[in-house]
Amino acid sequence: MLRFLIRRVLGAAVILLVISAVTFFLFYAIPADPARLACGKVCPPETLEQARRNLGIDQPLLVQFVSWLSGIFVGRDYEGLGHCPAPCLGFSFVNKAPVFETIMDRMPVTIALTLGAAVIFLIFGVATGIVAALRQGKPLDKVASVASLIGASVQIYFVGTLAMYLFVYQTQVFSQPKYVPITEDPLGWFNGLLLPWLVLALIFTANYTRITRSTMVENLNEDYVRTARAKGMSGRSVVLRFALRGTLTPVITIFGVDLGTLIGGAIITETTFGLQGIGRLAVRAVDYSDLPTLMATVVLAAGAIVLMNVVVDSLYAVIDPRVRLS
Amino acid sequence: MYLEVNDLTVDFHTEDGVVHAVGGLSFEVERGSTLGIVGESGSGKSVTNLAVLGLHNPETAQISGSITLDGQELLTASRSTMERLRGNKIAMIFQDPLTSLSPFHTVGAQIAEVYRKHKGVSRSVARDRAIEMLDRVGIPQPKLRVDEYPHQFSGGMRQRAMIAMALVCDPGLLIADEPTTALDVTVQAQILDLLRELQEQTGTAIILVTHDLGVVASTAHEVLVMYAGRAVERGTMREVLREPRHPYTWGLLGSMPSLRQAVDEPLRPVRGTPPSLINVPRGCPFHPRCDFMELLGREVCTGERPELSPHRGHGDACYLPLKQKTEIRERAAGKETT
Repeated sequence: MLRFLIRRVLGAAVILLVISAVTFFLFYAIPADPARLACGKVCPPETLEQARRNLGIDQPLLVQFVSWLSGIFVGRDYEGLGHCPAPCLGFSFVNKAPVFETIMDRMPVTIALTLGAAVIFLIFGVATGIVAALRQGKPLDKVASVASLIGASVQIYFVGTLAMYLFVYQTQVFSQPKYVPITEDPLGWFNGLLLPWLVLALIFTANYTRITRSTMVENLNEDYVRTARAKGMSGRSVVLRFALRGTLTPVITIFGVDLGTLIGGAIITETTFGLQGIGRLAVRAVDYSDLPTLMATVVLAAGAIVLMNVVVDSLYAVIDPRVRLS
Repeated sequence: MYLEVNDLTVDFHTEDGVVHAVGGLSFEVERGSTLGIVGESGSGKSVTNLAVLGLHNPETAQISGSITLDGQELLTASRSTMERLRGNKIAMIFQDPLTSLSPFHTVGAQIAEVYRKHKGVSRSVARDRAIEMLDRVGIPQPKLRVDEYPHQFSGGMRQRAMIAMALVCDPGLLIADEPTTALDVTVQAQILDLLRELQEQTGTAIILVTHDLGVVASTAHEVLVMYAGRAVERGTMREVLREPRHPYTWGLLGSMPSLRQAVDEPLRPVRGTPPSLINVPRGCPFHPRCDFMELLGREVCTGERPELSPHRGHGDACYLPLKQKTEIRERAAGKETT
């Protein structure tokens, strides 16, 4: 198990390195001059030259990449801008701050948004999936499948905007979405995120309902489920201890992907609800050609997905002993 | 009688029509004895057993007749009563031990949970009992194997574990649904020996479902031959295998390879295909495949459905007079030996 984990983590590190390199060369190849942006409106050539030196972009690309990479582990000094402590993901000339600081500033918003919604859609999706599978062909099952079809078809900018209009501006059922740190005001934190959570969950639940239902239907016909019944296990224990166990694997798989994607930046959700998370940061970075920030958000998104993959793979082994031993 | 099944009928309502899986089936099993139920796939063997266990979905299966275990009616019993009986008084082992054991739980846990559920004992007592059962079914190092998963067991070991699980509560009735079909021949013999040995120790009544007449010959005391959801012949193992009376039983026996038979002589399968259970043939359900219909005439064979006769002892459901059946059988036997 330990060897398996070590192998997976090393593999993940290699993938991240490759992604960083590709992204780096891709971004720095585009004809935007960060120094010009950094230097301001009136920019005499010598100031521009100075800015280039300060940012380190007068160096060859490969050298730049190596100093970017080593900055993550040992920090970097920018001439005229100051020290960027490790982990240094670069210095944003737009925000006039180390990128890592900005990311850490925005991260709680995205994580709170993602995890809150994830808890709702995971529990609710799996529960409705189980109920639908047990009521196969009954009205409840049909309602669930129509609802999940609708849920899977609508887009967040539609439902989100509609929900904002109906529940915030028209009826004030929910308060205006905003992010308040949980350490400052837990209730405010909850209220501010409730509507985004629900809207995000509404859209994601559908997928979990469908997958849980279909695997559950399959599993309920498994021989070992019949054996459990034949030995007198109660209906509930047959469903929860035996049939559900086999359903967890596909659910965990998509959950890992969804969670990774959302942590990497729920761009549309954050934009719809005006939350200042990683997604918004990425969009802004594109608008301002803020390459260091953009680079960091891309690597972060990739890192989130790679990390979730390792977590999911480890969870397979927890769920299914056959994976553990082979 | 320990288990009495009377006039059991099981119909399934499907989109294609009503499937008459079992029709008017009656049989009995005594304590300590083994009933072999023989028939082709789709002859209603498994459906009958699932009915005894009460495992049919009440929404799709329509069951009538009577099944009593030790005098207690099972068909009208409540769900919780059946849950208390299953695994405790009636246990079942299935054909494929790999898919029938949960891949997610240790073998020991799967055995122990039955004991805990029905006997209300503590975890450690149930675990000790699981180890004891594994030992009894001949699994070496039961204290180690108790914590292993089914995929770490070999096929024969899995079926032994399945038997341990079925017998953990000392059930009065054990239903073994093709317990050896998925195993190779040497393991088959071991498993059948084990079942016989355990039966001698505990006096459990066994229903052994199989399409393998060799298994019947080595294990069963009584035999019930089923065709299209009905009993076509019933008797002791010797009676049915040595003096078979029903043309279908002749067909089954004829499709079995024998040592006397020359190696290059082709097997004689039963002609035709098993009937549709939605439109069961009128009269004797076997008549479309029967070679002896002209002896009686189509009217007789497609008229009223023959019942098992005589009512007790060795009986079969065919209108041919007993004398004629004996002649046909003896002529066939003579041909085989010359």
